[in-house]
Amino acid sequence: MPDATALMIWLGGVVIAAPLVLVVFLGVSSLLDFRLSEQTISKSIQAAIRTGLLAALSVLTLMLVSGGRHVVVDLGEWVETEGFHARVMFVFDRLSVPFALLSFVLTGTIAAFGTRYLHRERGYNRFFVLYAVFLLGMLTASLAGTIETLFFGWELVGLSSALLVAYYQERLGPARNGLWIWSVYRASDASLLLAAVVMHQMIGKGEFHYLLGEAPWPEGQASATSSEAFIVGLLLLTAAAGKSGLVPFCGWLPRAMEGPTPSSAIFYGALSVHLGAFLLLRVSPLLECSPALCAVIVVLGLGTAGLAYLIGSVQTDIKSVLSFASLSQVGIIVAEVGLGFRYLALVHLLGHACLRTLQFLRAPSLLHDYHGLENALGQHLPRPMLPLLRRVRTSTRASIYRLALERGYLDSCLTICFVTPFVALFRRCDALERAWTNWLLGTRKRTPEQKPAPPVRMEELV
Amino acid sequence: MIPLPLPWLEAAILIALLGAVTISRVRNLDCAWRWGVAFTGAVLACTMLASLGFYLQEWTGPKTAPSHGSLQVYLFGRPYLGLDELNAPLVPAAALLHFLTAVATARTKMRRFSLTWSLCAEVFHLAKFACTDPMVLIGLLTLGAALPLVEFINRNRPIRVYVLHMSMFVALLLAGGVVLDQTVNDPARNTIAAVLLLAAVLIRCGVVPAHCWITDWFEHGSFGIALLYVISLSGVYAAIRLVLPIAPDWLLHGIGLMSLLTAFYAASMALIQREVRRFFAYFFLSHASLVLVGLQLHTAVALTAALSLWLAVILSLGGFGLVLRALESRFGPLSLHRYHGLYEHSPMLAVSFLLTGLASVGFPGTFGFVAADLLVEGALGANLFVGLVVIATGALNGIAILRVYFLLFTGARHTSSVSLELGPRERIVVLTLAILLLGGGIFPQPGIASRRRAAEAILNPSSSPSHPARPMPRLTILPSPRAALIR
Repeated sequence: MPDATALMIWLGGVVIAAPLVLVVFLGVSSLLDFRLSEQTISKSIQAAIRTGLLAALSVLTLMLVSGGRHVVVDLGEWVETEGFHARVMFVFDRLSVPFALLSFVLTGTIAAFGTRYLHRERGYNRFFVLYAVFLLGMLTASLAGTIETLFFGWELVGLSSALLVAYYQERLGPARNGLWIWSVYRASDASLLLAAVVMHQMIGKGEFHYLLGEAPWPEGQASATSSEAFIVGLLLLTAAAGKSGLVPFCGWLPRAMEGPTPSSAIFYGALSVHLGAFLLLRVSPLLECSPALCAVIVVLGLGTAGLAYLIGSVQTDIKSVLSFASLSQVGIIVAEVGLGFRYLALVHLLGHACLRTLQFLRAPSLLHDYHGLENALGQHLPRPMLPLLRRVRTSTRASIYRLALERGYLDSCLTICFVTPFVALFRRCDALERAWTNWLLGTRKRTPEQKPAPPVRMEELV
Repeated sequence: MIPLPLPWLEAAILIALLGAVTISRVRNLDCAWRWGVAFTGAVLACTMLASLGFYLQEWTGPKTAPSHGSLQVYLFGRPYLGLDELNAPLVPAAALLHFLTAVATARTKMRRFSLTWSLCAEVFHLAKFACTDPMVLIGLLTLGAALPLVEFINRNRPIRVYVLHMSMFVALLLAGGVVLDQTVNDPARNTIAAVLLLAAVLIRCGVVPAHCWITDWFEHGSFGIALLYVISLSGVYAAIRLVLPIAPDWLLHGIGLMSLLTAFYAASMALIQREVRRFFAYFFLSHASLVLVGLQLHTAVALTAALSLWLAVILSLGGFGLVLRALESRFGPLSLHRYHGLYEHSPMLAVSFLLTGLASVGFPGTFGFVAADLLVEGALGANLFVGLVVIATGALNGIAILRVYFLLFTGARHTSSVSLELGPRERIVVLTLAILLLGGGIFPQPGIASRRRAAEAILNPSSSPSHPARPMPRLTILPSPRAALIR
């Protein structure tokens, strides 16, 4: 059915174009300092999401009717020079179409919620510009057919995420936490960039189908050796761990809750936190080539799930509880990917994203709900303890409690092992340089570095 | 087509010179500013026409008569200035930066920012970038090194750090030039000349440990002037024209290692700085060193990356510097000790800061992205360690940008009774830069293709038909295939 294929390609183009037009519209008007009304912003978002959703649904319907399982929207070579080329290509298959639909549905829901939640906020326009960037990033990453396209979307999601965490920018906490998240993202993005380049070196191209096989997902057969698959897979796993907050990067997740509830819901409950798992699903044919890599993924996933359960159990605010509950499920999804249960992982991911979005959106009225339940019961709600914990000794239980309170000491470890030595070393270099320059100048100028430095902390550096 | 064969390049340099002389006699600040904008604008137009003429000549081939050199031949007997694949986009980029700096100069800065100095510097920049004769280039670099002294003396600032470094630079450059001038097919003398010239270039580029003059220059000079002096990376141009054609491989590896260490060191230092100017100085150093890293790898991909990154640095870091300058003109010297929370008062400045800053670290969708990606590709292809350090440097620079953004624009509530938003002139500058950075990021192919041709011309000059006739008999007989770059 060539006509159906052409129509699907055209509709696929609309799926990508809708968020792109939204970004251009909101971004250019902001850049020109043309203040749009709340109503205009809201309507433009609704129009973009409805158009994109309708087009994505049409693609799905046509795929089901025509039996096609792999539609490629190839926008051609973006950069082409001898020894390097990058192609812009989007793929609609059994993995990307559900994820794109999920993105449209949940962002549409959050947009409807956010337009009311942020009504008359000073940062209304800023929120929705970043929101549009996020939507474009999610769609680009989920539909990417080449690793360069994926990287583009991946970075957009990271930037919008960090800036939205710092949305309440007159406060110190959001700014510090935004930078923490950005730092973790940059570290993991470096891993993704490295993976992209290694992939280029291996197969000379960035298109996924050259690496993962021509057959539509999930039937592809990767053309890599076990060691190649292990190296590329490990780099991709590091990128996924950073984006999804897996061990050892899970410390950023509660910090991300500083952002407004709509962004917390869409980023850390629904979509962004699942992007790492999605990446692993996308490259799952590659994972099959290396059992060792699969084992690492399973261990990492289960470890994250267990730790997130423990940490989530001792949190005292609902958004942190929900974020760690979300993380424990993401850990399980990752373990499912590692075990080869691809469809199970996909269904788990879709269901979990929807449930968690609902819970996040209900979070601001949670106390009201609890009071209603307690009034109905006539007593406090029971607080059950994990049966396993009842059997351990009190001292062990205290250690576990402390481990959970300290979030597995992961942030402390990162700070002690990397941040503190780094800052101390380069502050020392800076002091030496200033002394050297002052000596050359023949002055004993008092510089800011000679003032007593505050204690080195991650927040202070980043 | 008719106006393009005119000597636009020579006209640009003469207009800049004429502008410097004219403005030096104008006492009224507003009037001087208007003249400054007019002259820098005319220079920009001329350089763009010169560049356009070059590319038209490329496309039309030998049917079109050479568009440059005739005036120089008439005056000097042979052409010393001209455009080729390497410098055709660099000359208008440098002129654009001067023009944008003049346009964006706020009233509060007019007294400090000398338009005469700026136009003088523009004369040197254009002449340097257009110059392909080693001896003339050495002369221009030597004379150009004296320009900051005027600024130091005018502002009554200590000159010792600058003078020490630039004395070494000039001495090494002249010594290298003398050895080069006397060299006739002697590999040993070539190597000596290359070592001397390379040492000079490394000082000019601020490679560690000879980098302190750059932080000192930024701390003591006017921000706009400091920016214009360093941002076009004259040292890199000198490296390509003077050192690459004669440097043996071991020397190139040496540059590479030093540049790589500088890139990482400067990125790390930028991350811990507590003053905006020092932060910018290190941030710039890191990028300049990354360009040098690409040069030393001496493969087609890495050279293409380095040349693309060079253009990206001029535009994005130039724009970033202008944004910091605009911030300084409103809030004074900014410390990174505390959060300032300036966003609410100047959201456009914040957006411009992010746009130019992210473009400079090669964020996807901006001009520097493909260059950064190509550099990683070229570096990893050459050596795993080099590739890893380049990636780590990029990550550190990315963190540094957002750290400074959060410190300047968020984290506190800033109170002000007057509007601190961008003025119309600054808005024009921001929009111009936004169009260039985003346009170059979304449609990178023409820029990359042009840089690729320039890289091929450097690697194998005999295969490049685009070089204008610039006979350089001293160096064409060198055994290295790179030697014929200088003709």
